[in-house]
Amino acid sequence: MQTTVDTTPENDAVEHGHGAHGDHPDHRLFGMFVFLGAEAMIFLGLFAAYLTFRAVADVWPPAGTPERELLLPGINTIILISSSFIMNRGNQAIRKNDVKGLQFWFGITAALGAVFLVGQGYEYYTNTFGLTDNLFTSTFYVLTGFHGLHVMFGLSLILMVLLRSTTPGHYSSESHFGVEASELYWHFVDVVWIVLFLILYIL
Amino acid sequence: MSTSILEPTPQAAPEPPEPERHWKDFFGFSTDHKVIAIQYFVVSFAFYMIAGAMATTIRVELATPDADFLGYEHYNGVLTLHGTMMIFLWIVPAGAAFANYLIPLQVGAKDMAFPVMNGLAFWLVPPGGALLLLSLLAETPPSAGWTSYPPLSLMTGQVGQMMWILALLLLGTSSILGGVNFVTTILKMRIPGMTLYDMPLFCWAMLATSLLILISTPVLAGALILLSFDLLAGTAFFNPTGGGDPVVYQHMFWFYSHPAVYIMVLPVFGIISDVLPVHARKPVFGYKAIAYSSLAIAFLGNIVWAHHMFTSGTPGWLRMFFMAATMVIAVPTGIKVFSWVATIWGGKLRLNSAMLFAIGFVSMFLVGGLSGVMVASVPFDIHVHDTYFIVAHFHYVLFGGSVFGIYSGLYHWYPKMVGRMLDETWGKVHFVLTFVGFNLCFFPMHILGLQGMPRRVVQYDPAFEDINRICTIGSIILAVSTLPFLYNAIRSWFWGEKASANPWNALTLEWQTSSPPIIENFEEEPVLWSGPYDYGIDSEPEEDDRSVAELLAEVKAEM
Amino acid sequence: MERVNKIPPAISLTIAGTAITIASIWYGQHHGWLPEAASQNAPMVDELFNLMMGISTWLFLAIQGALVVAIIKFRKKPGDETDGPPIEGNLMLELVWTAIPVVIVMVLAVYSFDVYQQMGGLDPMASHDHSRVASVKSGAAIAGSIGEDAPGGGDRVALGIGANPDVEGNAADVTIDVMGLQYAWLFTYPGEVGTGELHVPAGKDIQLNIKAMDVLHAFWVPQFRLKQDAIPGRTTQLRFRPEVTGHYPIVCAELCGPFHGAMRSEIVVDTPEDYELWLAEQVATASDDSRLATNESQLELATELRDADRLMLHPNMPDVSAEMVAQMSHMHAHHHP
Repeated sequence: MQTTVDTTPENDAVEHGHGAHGDHPDHRLFGMFVFLGAEAMIFLGLFAAYLTFRAVADVWPPAGTPERELLLPGINTIILISSSFIMNRGNQAIRKNDVKGLQFWFGITAALGAVFLVGQGYEYYTNTFGLTDNLFTSTFYVLTGFHGLHVMFGLSLILMVLLRSTTPGHYSSESHFGVEASELYWHFVDVVWIVLFLILYIL
Repeated sequence: MSTSILEPTPQAAPEPPEPERHWKDFFGFSTDHKVIAIQYFVVSFAFYMIAGAMATTIRVELATPDADFLGYEHYNGVLTLHGTMMIFLWIVPAGAAFANYLIPLQVGAKDMAFPVMNGLAFWLVPPGGALLLLSLLAETPPSAGWTSYPPLSLMTGQVGQMMWILALLLLGTSSILGGVNFVTTILKMRIPGMTLYDMPLFCWAMLATSLLILISTPVLAGALILLSFDLLAGTAFFNPTGGGDPVVYQHMFWFYSHPAVYIMVLPVFGIISDVLPVHARKPVFGYKAIAYSSLAIAFLGNIVWAHHMFTSGTPGWLRMFFMAATMVIAVPTGIKVFSWVATIWGGKLRLNSAMLFAIGFVSMFLVGGLSGVMVASVPFDIHVHDTYFIVAHFHYVLFGGSVFGIYSGLYHWYPKMVGRMLDETWGKVHFVLTFVGFNLCFFPMHILGLQGMPRRVVQYDPAFEDINRICTIGSIILAVSTLPFLYNAIRSWFWGEKASANPWNALTLEWQTSSPPIIENFEEEPVLWSGPYDYGIDSEPEEDDRSVAELLAEVKAEM
Repeated sequence: MERVNKIPPAISLTIAGTAITIASIWYGQHHGWLPEAASQNAPMVDELFNLMMGISTWLFLAIQGALVVAIIKFRKKPGDETDGPPIEGNLMLELVWTAIPVVIVMVLAVYSFDVYQQMGGLDPMASHDHSRVASVKSGAAIAGSIGEDAPGGGDRVALGIGANPDVEGNAADVTIDVMGLQYAWLFTYPGEVGTGELHVPAGKDIQLNIKAMDVLHAFWVPQFRLKQDAIPGRTTQLRFRPEVTGHYPIVCAELCGPFHGAMRSEIVVDTPEDYELWLAEQVATASDDSRLATNESQLELATELRDADRLMLHPNMPDVSAEMVAQMSHMHAHHHP
């Protein structure tokens, strides 16, 4: 479901943006905001379900759940948050028509995103609990997994921007919707992670 | 049947030069909002007939108290798919069809904000529908009702239930993509000079609808994701044997599915607010009240979901809160009904098919609204929850409401969409049959529920047989009532009287272009020369005594 | 207007209004749509419904009447292509018809709240998810059934209708455990007496602790105007006072599978004397060989239906045997010595 949904604003950008209907102003960023609002509601729904399970249970996490390691996810959190700031430098660069700067900062962001995913994978691999052990472990994997899918998608958006930026003149200080959209998406993924980290690991 | 409606599309091709409409456009991926709208109409109407046929088999089964027609094996599957298809493949996409056709025309735009995404949203519907149809052939079709409450939905057929989940995810995604488009188009693409308060009320209604779609549909997706994990991966989110909680699913499900009622009925409120003034030749009564009440309904619609759970695992204080919130909805809804009545009061009513269905809508929706206030009351709802009283209530809202309104909109805008007029005589036959069949079928169900007949049963207490017979007779009349409409729609497509650009002398922008409109809607950017409902200027003695038709002609000449 | 109708509009409106009002008040009391009211709370619910019927009838007649009058009176005259008057609204009128529903729903909400409270819906023992409170209060009637289910470890206790304010805090006169399973209701009386038919004494305070073994069910007695879902993993509660002796149906009101419609039983309201006799008889039978002797036929039917169900339709359904049911039933009975 996710992938089909997310690509569309980008597709519009390519095939339609300034084609037959090019005489109206560009509303793609507005549409992207609206769409992310809907995306946020999926996460809100899942968070609400998690918090309800938690509130109704007497013991949480259910007896027998192993202790969770905080170090690795902590590092991962720092990586993801800092990547958002780094990514913003790339956007600033393209506003000054600096394509090299865009590529540099987006390159670092992509690398950090990849590190996050590897870290997440490593955590899954070393975890001593499985998906179906109990209600906590199930929600843990579904929430982090669903978020991980979004990170993957965000990462592919960044890589797409990087690829397109190799075409001279594709992005300029006037026209860089792809840059804006992928950054917006990445911030969204970042914010979701912070909430997720707080309720799954800290609370 | 869908193809037979589609085939004559070459007729719809406009004469003017420039890019030509080709009949093949209707069968492939198109980015033209008008083509997409027709595709939505035809596909959703086809599913309406399939789901309607299912409803008829359900009623035939219930003509006797024993399980002797569909039987225990098939009844729940047919019941589940009837509900699911009517909602997700008929009323919701039919609303999207009107929205697609009308929003760009009414705000004076050439197309939707994101035409490609718009086409994509439509093309998620047929696969979703196909999945649901195919699920009937699964070893066990989805048979836990359209609500698919666990644990039952986890215990019926795995394959069928999973197909149901996938279909809903596709249709939900389609709906969300549509919502993004509608909001953006309405807020960002109005012609210069058109403020929000110059918009036709249909656009207001779609704004409210889209907000509801965007807020609530994703939560259903969340619930379905968790349900599919329970179904396939062996987790126990909603399964008490593994420590999960079926009530959490109910909360998530109704967080979408209550607003879904407004997603289905708000567009129709918009249609009615647009149709009544045109054929009553009178301005809509209380424009702002109707516009704001749509937003109020959308807001309140989000905070009343647990009234579907008054007999479930909800504590008493929660029941009281949701009772109060639910009852408050009667206020904006009441404002609308009163305003519609006041709109036609004192007008010069042209009682054509569109108007009959519109007035029929007000009349039938009123019944659903009154029973709606009743079931909001917790002590009373405890008695009637999950009974035929509820079946009666929501059919009055969704059939008496939504479907009557959709028909009204079809009779009203068919000339615009096709360029030919529908036949009025057949339209009136259609209306009378629908009105009689509908009331005969659903009104007695109120009494059945109060007397003690639960819903979703294939066998029932023989004491209720007589009333059930009446319902079955009504349902057959209702099924037959579709035929005159189909005949009329297909015949008129070929041989109907040619429609002028503005056969009803209406004032909203979609009537300022040819019928059917040219590919990018308007020859030149349309001129906003009056409010959407400024009827009656010719009865003002101070002003000149030209009729609206003359004024319209004049404006046309100036353009 | 005057041309069509010789009577001045104010007078015709008054006449119409009075007629509608009288008709509504009468119909609100005489619709005859409700079944017999056999419990203490039923007449309260009925009065509430009658009021709502009266108001609804009034609104129905007034608005439908206005539509019919408009259709007749304001239809376009042949050849008249002019528009109607350009009236775009009327603030006073709009305020009035905003105020009307506000007042109506306020009255109904307060009234419903009151009825709900009278029924015992807000009894703190039944109306909150109060696991912690309940596990401390050992003397309370519902405490007896806490703790043995909910495999996740959480005690999700008693939601539903509790004691009405008169008897709040007291234990019920008779407490019966109800178990819903595909496709039967099992009732367990104090003293480990299991039955397939529910007998209750008239005029006594009855409490049902409702559980479900497999899927959601709902326990509904239309003549009592009471319904409560049976939820696997939770205990829900209904507390009420039956008043009129007789036989009434118990209906499952939540889709529970292909034979949902067949899931019915009967509640018999006896005089207290008859009830004691019946109970003694049950105890006597129960102390024979099998505790479940009396509800054997009920169980057999349930098993038969379930087997048919499983064979025909539900290959994935967990295997629930008659012994398991017997065990569960026994287990619950144990907590009411």
